[in-house]
Amino acid sequence: MSETLTKIVINCETGEQQVLPLTVEEIAQREADAAAFAVAEAERIAAAEAAAAAKASGIAKLLALGLTEAEANALVK
Amino acid sequence: MANTYQAIATVTVGSGGVGTIDFTSIPQTYTDLVLKLSSRTTLVTSVASSVFFSFNSSTSNFNNITFYGSGTSASTFNEARNAGSQNSGGSTSGIFANINIMICGYTTSNNKAYLAEASVENNATEAYIYGNASTWTDSAAITSITLTPNAGSFAEYSTATLYGIKNTV
Repeated sequence: MSETLTKIVINCETGEQQVLPLTVEEIAQREADAAAFAVAEAERIAAAEAAAAAKASGIAKLLALGLTEAEANALVK
Repeated sequence: MANTYQAIATVTVGSGGVGTIDFTSIPQTYTDLVLKLSSRTTLVTSVASSVFFSFNSSTSNFNNITFYGSGTSASTFNEARNAGSQNSGGSTSGIFANINIMICGYTTSNNKAYLAEASVENNATEAYIYGNASTWTDSAAITSITLTPNAGSFAEYSTATLYGIKNTV
C-alpha cells in the first residue's frame, strides 16, 4: 500500500489549519523537484571530486619538482 | 530598521508527518515577511536533504545562487526554489534544522528579493550550512508560501512560523 502524502494548509487570515491530500499536480511537482535535486547533487559531487583530484595532482607535481609536502600544501591551499 | 515583528501564523507537524506546508491568505499589511522553520524529513538515506518553496504556487521566475559549507569543503550551486537543506532521518535523532527565509517587499509589483539560510546541525562530524540569495521576478504580490521537502515528509514536531515586519508602527 502506498503512502498518502498530505499537506497542512494554514489560512493566515482565519488561523484555520487543514490537513488535505496532495493533488496529482502537487505530487508531480514534488517528483520534478526531486529529479532536479538529484541532477544538481550529482553535479555538485562531480565538481567536488574533480577539484579534489586536481588538488592531489597539483601536489604530486610540486613534490616531483622537489618541494616539501608542507610547501606543496601551502601553495595549493 | 524594522520596528515591528509579528507572528502571523504557526504550525507544528503532527504524528505521521506531512508532505507540504502551505501558508495561504497572507495579509498584505506588512512590509516584509520572515519564515522560520525548525524541521527534519523522514527520508532515511542521508544526513541532509533540500527544502523547496514556492510563492503563489508558482515554480517560475525564481533566480538564485546558494553557497554552502560542509566543514570539509565549500562551494556554490544554482537550484531554483531551494532554501537549503534540513536534517534527514540519517542525521542524529531528535535534531532539527534551522531555516530562515526573509522575503523583502512581498506586496510590491516589482521583483521580490529574498534571503534564505539553513543550518543542518548533527552533533556529529557531518553538518552543513547554506546561504541563498535570490529574486522572484514576478509582478504578483505574494499571498501564499509553500514548503516542500526534497524527499520524504516533514517529520513530526517540525514547526514553521510566518512573521510579518512593518517599517512603521
